[in-house]
Amino acid sequence: MKKLLFLLLAWPLAATAASTALKLDRAPVNIHDQESLQRGAAVFVNYCLSCHSAGYMRYSRLTDIGLTEAQIKDNLLYAADKPGELMTVAMRTKEAKEWFGAAPPDLTVITRSRGADWVYTYLRGFYRDDSRPTGWNNTVFDKVGMPHALQDLQGHMMPVMHETVGEDGKPHQAIERLVLDKPGRLTPAEYDALVADLVNYLAWMGEPAKAERMNTGVGVILFLSLFFIVAFYLKKEFWKDVH
Amino acid sequence: MQKILTWVDERFPLTATYKAHLAEYFAPKNFNFWYYFGSLALLVLVIQIVSGIFLTMNYKPDANLAFASVEYIMRDVPYGWLIRYVHSTGASAFFVVVYLHMFRGLLYGSYRKPRELIWVFGVLIYLVLMGEAFFGYLLPWGQMSFWGAQVIVNLFAAVPIIGEDLSIWIRGDYVISDATLNRFFAFHVIALPLVLIGLIAAHLVALHEVGSNNPDGIDIKKHKDPVTHRPLDGIPFHPYYTVKDILGVVVFLIVFSAIVFFAPEMGGYFLEYNNFIPADPLKTPEHIAPVWYFTPYYAILRAIPPVLGSQFPGVAAMGVAVLIFLALPWLDRSPVRSIRYRGPKFKIALTLFVISFIWLGVLGVLPSTPARTVIAQVLTVVYFAFFFLMPWYTKNDTTKPVPERVTDK
Repeated sequence: MKKLLFLLLAWPLAATAASTALKLDRAPVNIHDQESLQRGAAVFVNYCLSCHSAGYMRYSRLTDIGLTEAQIKDNLLYAADKPGELMTVAMRTKEAKEWFGAAPPDLTVITRSRGADWVYTYLRGFYRDDSRPTGWNNTVFDKVGMPHALQDLQGHMMPVMHETVGEDGKPHQAIERLVLDKPGRLTPAEYDALVADLVNYLAWMGEPAKAERMNTGVGVILFLSLFFIVAFYLKKEFWKDVH
Repeated sequence: MQKILTWVDERFPLTATYKAHLAEYFAPKNFNFWYYFGSLALLVLVIQIVSGIFLTMNYKPDANLAFASVEYIMRDVPYGWLIRYVHSTGASAFFVVVYLHMFRGLLYGSYRKPRELIWVFGVLIYLVLMGEAFFGYLLPWGQMSFWGAQVIVNLFAAVPIIGEDLSIWIRGDYVISDATLNRFFAFHVIALPLVLIGLIAAHLVALHEVGSNNPDGIDIKKHKDPVTHRPLDGIPFHPYYTVKDILGVVVFLIVFSAIVFFAPEMGGYFLEYNNFIPADPLKTPEHIAPVWYFTPYYAILRAIPPVLGSQFPGVAAMGVAVLIFLALPWLDRSPVRSIRYRGPKFKIALTLFVISFIWLGVLGVLPSTPARTVIAQVLTVVYFAFFFLMPWYTKNDTTKPVPERVTDK
């Protein structure tokens, strides 16, 4: 009877877990790997920050990933004067809309809304598509407005199509995989590593306090566990005389 | 010390109040696990008020600044991330604790005579809490904040004749806008908390007037010590239940901290992923679902088909689904209070009700499909049947004899 009840209660929870739509590659995120974060920060400032802002993030916060204020000033401050400033961009929303169809979104918390895996797959999912105004399309973001900003590094990818049967029972053309058509400056393995660093940085930037949060949490739970022992024996002592 | 106390007592009933509500408030000695959630609800209230005060110091209720000010709290305010996660986790914790507290009332018949008003105040607290959560959810000004508020305020537009004007009056605009954000902020930080605290005071005063129920659902005042006139099965709330509740508080805080420090988003259920995108009135998210604690009612809303193109029946059903709790003390006709001495009919009814509530909650999170709508309709019928059929199945149930004195297990 109890088992049946449990099954009745648990079934709908299992049903929600089963429905995942898109297959994403797992982003190798490790926010404790400071060298990876620093490399990612450099890629971010050089390639992303010309169009995308990170308007809630201060340059000075990069000291958290092991950079000195002097290093930030010398190597990363293209669009700002002081490290205390926010990572904003000069491009105006109106112009951006004319160029790309939509304003480039702010990237400060992009991994918190999209998830790191999605961003990782997206940045490795650009392929040539002459039907698009920019000449680029994406495996996880169909008809994306953004051109492939890292194309000189990755090179040009072409899709290999195959036929699948869709939910409606009719055959569809779907992308099976992407193949390198015109090599870029990096080998595919080097490119994947670079995107991994970049996504790692984006994940860190989504919540710079995460490492501190986890550390504090360990202390808090340890304290409460000790407090539990005290509270337990205190209760036992008082309740001795209740019969 | 004694002199000071006497001086105060001659002017304010300090000792008398302390005795009446703590040292000489006699609670049944057989409280079990389910009796922790009342004091925990009070704890969560304090947590929400304190964390809320600190959030208010840095938050900006302005459509252009709100989203950024939340990120400012998360990044630039010392321990702002902690305050914010405590408050967002506290909102969900409040509902977890309150739902369990209400379930305790259903289990042991705590709403039965003479505790009807305690229950009525409690349901009103629950209603105000829902309003508080709804208004608060708009404040981060993310996509889910915006579109969730849009959907809920549009429900009022379904009211016949006055609906359209009513929804505009609530929003203060034709769409959810800066004006809406500002007034929701006012409701969230001052109007509803005041009402909430007043209702909680009434809930406690009524409780201490008639005394607490217990897992056996029997009256402990029937058997008193002939000399001291204290209930034989009662123990002073302080120190016995204060030390016991401390234990409950510590266990609660361990679970609460585990979420705050290690999983504040709770897989997208406490903080939704889409709410990390600033509100955009021109871009409707593909799938709008309310936060988990509202989803059973949202599922009921979607389960009711529109009549003559009007969504009003669904909206009305949703409202009734919440308000029907108020009638519970008068729907229950059983000669016993506690589930321990009730018959199989009530036990089956309560089980089906809990299952329907949880399933409706799950369906309310998911996008609707024709099959799911049918399931939600069946569950909605089960949900309402629990209440509407209660006078019959409680009256004709085979109950067990109730003991004279409280039992241990």
